[in-house]
Amino acid sequence: MESLHAKDKDLVVPGDLIATGMGFLPSKGTYRDGDKIIANRLGLLSIEGKVAKVVPLSGNYTPKVGDKLIGRIEDLLFSGWRVNLYGPYSAVMNVKDATSEFIGRGANLAEIFALGDIVTCKIVNVTSQKLVDVSLKGPGLRKLKGGRLIKVMAAKVPRIIGKDGSMTSMMNQATGVNIAVGMNGMVWIDGTPEGEIVVAETIQKIQDEAHLPGLTDKIKAFLEQKTGKKVEPRAMTESE
Amino acid sequence: MPYLKRFDGRKFDETRPITAKVGIIPRADGSAIFQIGNTTAIAAVYGPRELHPKWMQNPNTGILRCEYNMLPFSGHGERVRPGGGRRAREIGMVTENALRPVLDLKEYPNCVVDVYIDLPQTDAGTRCAGITAAAMALADAGIEMKDMVAAVAVGNVQGSIVADLNYDEEQNKTETEGVADIPVAFMPNSGKLTLLQMDGEITRPHLKQALEMGKEVCKRIVAIQKAALRAKYGGSQ
Repeated sequence: MESLHAKDKDLVVPGDLIATGMGFLPSKGTYRDGDKIIANRLGLLSIEGKVAKVVPLSGNYTPKVGDKLIGRIEDLLFSGWRVNLYGPYSAVMNVKDATSEFIGRGANLAEIFALGDIVTCKIVNVTSQKLVDVSLKGPGLRKLKGGRLIKVMAAKVPRIIGKDGSMTSMMNQATGVNIAVGMNGMVWIDGTPEGEIVVAETIQKIQDEAHLPGLTDKIKAFLEQKTGKKVEPRAMTESE
Repeated sequence: MPYLKRFDGRKFDETRPITAKVGIIPRADGSAIFQIGNTTAIAAVYGPRELHPKWMQNPNTGILRCEYNMLPFSGHGERVRPGGGRRAREIGMVTENALRPVLDLKEYPNCVVDVYIDLPQTDAGTRCAGITAAAMALADAGIEMKDMVAAVAVGNVQGSIVADLNYDEEQNKTETEGVADIPVAFMPNSGKLTLLQMDGEITRPHLKQALEMGKEVCKRIVAIQKAALRAKYGGSQ
């Protein structure tokens, strides 16, 4: 007997029965107990064919290879920097991953990246013990100057970026503010003070309403009302 | 004298009125308030986050750390000494043990999930209210849980098996008949017990009856927990 006990896009809580029968497959956020598939975290259910998955609505950031993040230089090491990722684990950035310039033996690393500098970086390796290596080599990865940082819930980051960056590009169109979003939930914004305020408000709104349908239209209307400019949702051409 | 009618007129398996709400502390990763009668528990969850002191870190798995704290003005007249004590440490530990079976923190080596439980108002059943609130807060924090956990006290008040004792019932001892106060916590899907303590004396058949009652009551509390979690996201399913 195979049957589904919840619909796609339903809100599920831990312990909820999703499906019975061996025909369904448990993916992230679910597990199998006998012939039952049960949710093991709070989130929105997604059923693709026979695979049941729970898309989380909350939770801290866990490092994944390939993620683009915003981090803070926390310490200077022998041959690199310790980068605070604003999550449970910090990362190491080796000099060879930091810059293509020549760095001589005994150079003062603080002259390249000082304590407290904010960088956009990319995770290149994560071990089983969650030792993380990050790199600054890649398109759009650099030291961030000026602007300010906002912390958002890591689970909401995909909604803040939008499909192919449509949400951030809409905010950029409306306000002219430069926005960089890290998968760890740090958002860097830089522009006019008025623009930054509008973007900060918009990001808060996206966070609060991320689980509701019709988000793009709502944010479009919100931005148009706040700035009086017409905005058009479209995919971003650049990575920022 | 047999205890046939409860002081507050409840049925024997009826709990005090319950309200539950999730997401009450914006800065916490997860939070919840659980009120049962005059007992109020607030739970806040932080983490998974870096664990200090470093010697407590476990490279095999993340750990759960629970702190139970009755506020100084919370009790019955007498001022509770603020901060930790022997009793608070013990209850913190049994709370950890009651919640750990549903958690899997293997993905977070060297890290900690901190649960802080504060009780601004107490009228018996505090550890149960604390565990129930903590389970909601953990789910709210997006931590993977096999199942929910709900807790309730069951007991024997002068020959009657009752659920969710209040302070007056707990203290209702006579020279001939004692009061048994048994806090229990259940995982509803498997029906397994994660907390079992007892004060007082009880006969074997009465204990069995009390545990069965506790299991049923916990199932009702879990329904309230889940409804509160859904209410945070505007769901009414």
